[in-house]
Amino acid sequence: MSQTNYIYGINGPVVTIKGKTELKMMEMVYVGENSLAGEVIKIDDEYTTIQVYEDTVGLHPGEKVISTGAPMSVTLGPGLLGNIYDGIQKPLTAIADEAGVFLTKGISTPSIDFEKKWRTTMLLKAGDTVQGGEILAECDETPIIKHRALVPTDCRGEVIFAADDGEYTVNDCIAKVKCTDGSVRELTLAQKWPIRTPRPAKERLPITKPLVTGQRIIDTMFPVAMGGAAAIPGGFGTGKTVTQHQLAKFSDADIIVYVGCGERGNEMTQALTEFSELTDPSTGRPLLERTILIANTSNMPVAAREASIYTGITLAEYYRDMGYNTALMADSTSRWAEALREISGRLEEMPADEGYPAYLPSRLSEFYERAGYFETFCGKKGSITLIGAVSPQGADFSEPVTQNTKRFTRCFWALDKSLAYARHYPAINWNDSYSEYISELTPWYEENVSPYFIKYRNEIASILAEESKLMEIVKLIGSEILPDDQKLTLEIARVIRIGFLQQNALHETDTYTPIIKHFRMMETILHLNEKSKEALARQIPVSAILATGLFDKVIKMKYDVPNDKPEVFDEYITEITNVMENL
Amino acid sequence: MKKLITEHIGLNEISGSLVVLDDVEEAFNEEMVELRLSDGSVRSGRIVKLDGKRAVVQVFEGTKELSMSNTRTVLKGKPMEIALSPEMIGRVFDGLGRPKDGLGEVYPVCKRDINGTAINPVSRVYPKNYIRTGISSIDALATLIRGQKLPIFSGSGMKHNELAVQIVKQAAVADNEEFGIVFAAMGVKNDVADYFRRSFEQANVMNRVTMFLNLSNDPIIERIITPKCALTAAEYLAFQCNMNILVILTDMTSYCEALREFSSSKGEIPGRKGYPGYLYSDLAALYERAGIVNGSKGSVTQIPILTMPNDDITHPIPDLTGFITEGQIVLDRSLETTGIYPPVSILMSLSRLMKDGIGKGYTREDHKALSDQLFASYALVQDARSLASVIGEDELSDSDKTLMKFGREFEQKFLNQGENENRTIDETLDLGWKLLSMLPRESLDRVIDDILDKYYGKQL
Repeated sequence: MSQTNYIYGINGPVVTIKGKTELKMMEMVYVGENSLAGEVIKIDDEYTTIQVYEDTVGLHPGEKVISTGAPMSVTLGPGLLGNIYDGIQKPLTAIADEAGVFLTKGISTPSIDFEKKWRTTMLLKAGDTVQGGEILAECDETPIIKHRALVPTDCRGEVIFAADDGEYTVNDCIAKVKCTDGSVRELTLAQKWPIRTPRPAKERLPITKPLVTGQRIIDTMFPVAMGGAAAIPGGFGTGKTVTQHQLAKFSDADIIVYVGCGERGNEMTQALTEFSELTDPSTGRPLLERTILIANTSNMPVAAREASIYTGITLAEYYRDMGYNTALMADSTSRWAEALREISGRLEEMPADEGYPAYLPSRLSEFYERAGYFETFCGKKGSITLIGAVSPQGADFSEPVTQNTKRFTRCFWALDKSLAYARHYPAINWNDSYSEYISELTPWYEENVSPYFIKYRNEIASILAEESKLMEIVKLIGSEILPDDQKLTLEIARVIRIGFLQQNALHETDTYTPIIKHFRMMETILHLNEKSKEALARQIPVSAILATGLFDKVIKMKYDVPNDKPEVFDEYITEITNVMENL
Repeated sequence: MKKLITEHIGLNEISGSLVVLDDVEEAFNEEMVELRLSDGSVRSGRIVKLDGKRAVVQVFEGTKELSMSNTRTVLKGKPMEIALSPEMIGRVFDGLGRPKDGLGEVYPVCKRDINGTAINPVSRVYPKNYIRTGISSIDALATLIRGQKLPIFSGSGMKHNELAVQIVKQAAVADNEEFGIVFAAMGVKNDVADYFRRSFEQANVMNRVTMFLNLSNDPIIERIITPKCALTAAEYLAFQCNMNILVILTDMTSYCEALREFSSSKGEIPGRKGYPGYLYSDLAALYERAGIVNGSKGSVTQIPILTMPNDDITHPIPDLTGFITEGQIVLDRSLETTGIYPPVSILMSLSRLMKDGIGKGYTREDHKALSDQLFASYALVQDARSLASVIGEDELSDSDKTLMKFGREFEQKFLNQGENENRTIDETLDLGWKLLSMLPRESLDRVIDDILDKYYGKQL
């Protein structure tokens, strides 16, 4: 910090400094009189290039650039939950209180509340030996989440002082550690971590559990594992955001980090209001108490958009290290890739596919590899599930971001424009989507739901596959001349599509379906299929089978059967048996 | 940022709409400059790039007749600003916000940077109040919400202008709060601008319209500034003067093309179809200026109109727009040729905000179910039609024949309406039920029985 640097050139969000500097790659700097946050992204013999995370209008050459000596970091500590941040962890609520309706440049407000006192229970005492990642102290961050303050990962040694249990702010020293190198470190409830460096964990564990989301097509047909990664690609209007919101609301993760990356302002407002009004089905507490929102709306500075994804995942990793199952929803990773492209263009780098920089695949793989199920240094198990929306240009899945994302995620929920046009939501196309996790998750379903769960799921899938084959014929000659057994397949497939796969996010009962209800619904549909086939075998025409009205009744069971009364399905099954056998 | 106004004699480079000045002291990014020509005329410009003491200036009026020596350049020491006042209502401005109706300057109450500032998402109010347009296809199926940005995707020669005018006329009378229109024309033809002005006058709304006109023969650089001026004015009227402002931006395609031309003259690396890589961010900076904020009664609602080149919805302009805006109204050429007005392709049209602004307490309890069912049934009509085009309509099954009939009636009676026909929400919804009642009740799988009992097959 001995040398003062001055701005030389400005081009959009990119600022250059002429001459040799002591600045390091990826170092965070403050640019200009307003102390705009920036990051060093390129150094050559003549220039040092900085991307600025705030609007550069009004900046002029000759203003100072102040180095911080540290890489771009976030503050980790109690008080993160329930907050809404911008891409570089500036608290938007505090900024609104201070600066009003419009975002103002260069406001520095602490990311977490420095004043608030947390009732802290110490878990270490003087004389203990500690390792990085162990739990130092606990406090109730929200009524449902216990915050476990961790010893910084690079700290190892003997505790020489531990405060008593009591109320502390995040800046109060609550312990002192004499490190192995002889230095003494003061520990607080909070710590800093550079966003581009993954937080270490002890060991990666095999995946065993699904992330239960309450969305039928996801949990049953294409489940994502807790600790897995999934991609939701889809053109505009296909329902990426609604799906992401549904997952954020109803998935059974302990902590949700929702990153709105280059998306609409009104959507973030909606998420914020909905999450504070809605309650978690498992705890009955407001969803916001387990959620962190990160908003870089499409009109906020593009460089911070690139950072927002990393900020989000670092926060998620921090809670994972405490032993929580976290899920990160990124909407949309395409905007992040475009931000990379935009910055790359300003740096005049050689473009690869469609103008994206050649390092796009490696950035994507680095990001998705931060998902996983881990044993943490504090001896607990935690996971990060990543769900990235992709917005392919012109809904063309062959574009680079979709293709590369496909390589690094094992679960692919392809949203389909034609389904969306027919208002079939979620518009996840069952022919194009896949989940590679099914085989790993089969034991979980068999133990926790039913031994037949996966069998039924596969039967449902094969009926749908059969239907899409038949539809090729129907498109050419109509369904009238098909034989009765094929007509029946089409009718059953219709029940599956409308009664099972379609799910109404706005309907009180249907918006969330417990996993046992998925199973009972499949059972009922397959029972209907079975009994109808038997009736067909007795020469009863399809028209008579349909005239029983059972098909329409089964379609509406998602609304009619309460979520907490799966036993009602027994009545359906009995009715189907009775009616069909008496035809 | 106080500094003396500095002056430079001569230029160092001229290329396209850009000029380069060397040895510039104390200039800042996006600073305004004034170029005074030796013949006494004045042009304005803005700094777009700084490299040490070298400044690249974009000249709004173009660089024709500039030479290296006939110009004195004055740095204004401020970013591009526009003078704002409630008096702007009823006035006509050029693309840079200078009066062009001959009624003299507007006395400024305040001045604002035209680039605006992003609204803090925390300070937004989620839009819920619907705007009745009196157009069935929009009110029932793609409801416009106050504070929304809902573009019209059209093609050359389709009736988007008529539709925009009808929305303005009919939406204006929907409630008693203060309502105003900001109209920004970018690269539109003189007669189109004239059509809008005439229509506004005939509907007696001209006294609420603020017009910013950059016509097709005006400089393209000015075109890039036009929507920014218009939106700055709209934000001022909405958030300072508490008015409900409807902003019509037409034609966004011309705007994007101007941006592409400008980008290539700066020598930037082009993205898809030659449009700059930052087209998404640039469009977002405009569209995101719609909304409602805490502490103000006003709202900014945007209807950008764009003509899809070659009717291609995957073209970068409609594609990126669709990713930013809260839905879209898509016009369809085949409907247009069958004489349906407005030719709204309802399956491709969508209003993302409508789900929270309709139903009980807003429009009517059955609205959601009705619109879901109309979409679903009309989607089946398309399947029946494609089958009919292969095997002929006579060969269709009875249920498909009924669908075909429903499809035709729906287009003729529901979508089709007069340019001055203003339907109430009840009329629209009842009409929808009347049409759905043509279909067998059990095929209406999106509607719960309670609603069906009340509306299906009833004389409403």
